[in-house]
Amino acid sequence: MKITFSKWVLFLVFGVFFYTACNKKDKEPQPNSNVMAEIKLEFDNVAGNQNLQLNSTTYTNAVGEQFTVSLFNYYVSNFVFKTAQGNEYVVPQDSCYFLVQESNRNSQVVKMRVPEGDYTEVSFVIGVDSLRNTMDVSRRTGSLDVANLTGENKMYWSWNSGYIFVKLEGNSPAAPADPTGARRFRYHIGGFGGYSSRTINNIKTTTISFGNQHAKVRKGKSPLVHLEVDVLKVFNGSTNLSIASHPTVMFSPFSVNIANNYQKMFSFHHLHNE
Amino acid sequence: MKKISFLIVGFLIFVLVFWLNSCTKKSEVQPEITFVKPANFPEPVYKLERNPITKAGFELGRMLFYEPLLSRDGSISCGSCHIQGSAFTHHGHDVSHGIDDRLGNRNAPAIQNMAFYPHFMWDGGIFDLDLQPIAPIESHVEMDEQLENVLEKLRKTRKYPPLFQKAFGTPEITTSKFLKALSQFMLMMISSNSRYDKYVRKEKGGELTQEELEGLAIFRQKCGTCHSGELFTDFSFRNIGLSDFVNKDEGRALITLNPEDKYKFRVPSLRNVALTQPYMHDGRFRTLQEVLNHYSDNMQDFPNLDSTFRRGGKLGIPLNENEKTKIIAFLRTLSDETFIRDKRFSEPTP
Ligand code: HEC
Ligand code: HEC
Repeated sequence: MKITFSKWVLFLVFGVFFYTACNKKDKEPQPNSNVMAEIKLEFDNVAGNQNLQLNSTTYTNAVGEQFTVSLFNYYVSNFVFKTAQGNEYVVPQDSCYFLVQESNRNSQVVKMRVPEGDYTEVSFVIGVDSLRNTMDVSRRTGSLDVANLTGENKMYWSWNSGYIFVKLEGNSPAAPADPTGARRFRYHIGGFGGYSSRTINNIKTTTISFGNQHAKVRKGKSPLVHLEVDVLKVFNGSTNLSIASHPTVMFSPFSVNIANNYQKMFSFHHLHNE
Repeated sequence: MKKISFLIVGFLIFVLVFWLNSCTKKSEVQPEITFVKPANFPEPVYKLERNPITKAGFELGRMLFYEPLLSRDGSISCGSCHIQGSAFTHHGHDVSHGIDDRLGNRNAPAIQNMAFYPHFMWDGGIFDLDLQPIAPIESHVEMDEQLENVLEKLRKTRKYPPLFQKAFGTPEITTSKFLKALSQFMLMMISSNSRYDKYVRKEKGGELTQEELEGLAIFRQKCGTCHSGELFTDFSFRNIGLSDFVNKDEGRALITLNPEDKYKFRVPSLRNVALTQPYMHDGRFRTLQEVLNHYSDNMQDFPNLDSTFRRGGKLGIPLNENEKTKIIAFLRTLSDETFIRDKRFSEPTP
């Protein structure tokens, strides 16, 4: 009896030892969700299957109008990342507002800190949520600081307090000539739903899956997720926008159609784990 | 025994006099700035705890309010359109008159009692006093400047960084500090010492004549639905049947995009109204008499004309000349001489 028992113990000890050894060899270290690390998203603006070029290249929309783009800016905010296991991480509000500008290369890669993990999906708001639109000025810092953006990059309506979510401007022979002879189109889309009276709400959320790929966020390893943003989708969608009929769209009921279109302008392209 | 109590009383008097003396001395050097809600006013809407008013913050705000650097070419300040003697309106201008003599499309309203306002501008498009100054600074017909350039210009002066340091503890000039200083100044601009105020608070100098009292009664009855409460506005948006031939400004509908709101404008406060001519959002009426003639006789019909004006056979408010005279007499009791002369709000001498 005594002998059999000690044999059992010996077997058990060996077994556990063996098992752990195997395990170590096969699997990478598990992500530690208590450790924060960086993930990068690149917003690569394109026009159909070409890279977007400001002013120089002519594109054609679904109704057959030719145009060039001189300005393309949009806010992305309120990021939520989802892991393969289905866990969600909501990026803290104070560090999740970004203004992407086609004219500024650095603005096109945004960085956030998330817990270590294998991420398969991201969702975010195109624009600025209504809470932030009504928040105390002292909480409007960085890309939301009204003074930080000047001239055509101004993404704020001062007469009707609120942020402009997406700004697209350019030239098109389809647009009527202004007194200087220029044929410009201007789309300034915003509207957070109104403060004391309800009005248009163009706050849109989009969810982008990384297909079957995992963005492996680990300390010292920050994956880069490459998204494509297709400016043609601003024109083409559930409403095919005609520059001739709508050369200027700002705070107006029609802007809702453009917001519905651009909600679909983001897509996953590829990702790098490193 | 008597001697001792005499001594004690004497000592107490000495202490009291000394204490009072030191107090008054202090306040001569540094008149304290404190926000006091007038007894007959409602609670303030502005959240004062998020921007505590200090003497240094108020003084900085005052300096900025009168600072021409806020405009593109250094030609105009907030005080150019909001003139103290006219209760901080643009006296004599129907629509505001800005940089390069460009005309806006609205009449500059009085800046007074801003702490009690739930929204700003004739169409209520701005819901926070802190956000208000951005609009005139960046408007092409007003100051035509960029906020960032304004901050940059202030940073380059020798005067401003120390003032920001005094007001907010650090010399950096940020959007938030800039706007909060202007708010501090405007929050303190309370007009509550008209003869009417003294009358309702039963203070000295609060005597109203028989004519004025009758005017008040008629006013409460015929105008009080909209010009209600101690601020003489319920802050609602109404269409009062002003002819749209003159001005195509759609008012509140520009903010809500609701066709129902076309040509509706915020009910204005009537405090200091005798000092703030011309009248209405586009300054179309030069006198109070013209305003009353509009209410009694000249109203244009609109589908969304306020229902108050449909009560009688004729559109508008039935008023005879005698009643108009009395109403005007009452409206003049809303003028606050202390407010328009208050040195704390006038242009600082450099
Ligand atoms: C060119 C003239 C002009 C200048 C300069 C100007 N304002 Fe005004 N202000 C106006 C007009 C006109 C309005 C009303 C606008 C509207 O309703 O659309 C107004 C409205 C306001 C209001 C809202 C009042 C209310 O009853 O809702 C405030 C507060 C104000 N201005 C403060 C300022 C400050 C602070 C500055 C300086 C940064 C300034 N203004 C510069 C003309 C001017
Ligand atoms: C149905 C609501 C309503 C009633 C009733 C009403 N008002 Fe008004 N009042 C307004 C609105 C709204 C405006 C601003 C309209 C505009 O500028 O387009 C206004 C503007 C004024 C102005 C111009 C103030 C300024 O600063 O430009 C005066 C003065 C005035 N009202 C006096 C009166 C008097 C006196 C009566 C009663 C005989 C009266 N109101 C009745 C809503 C009303």
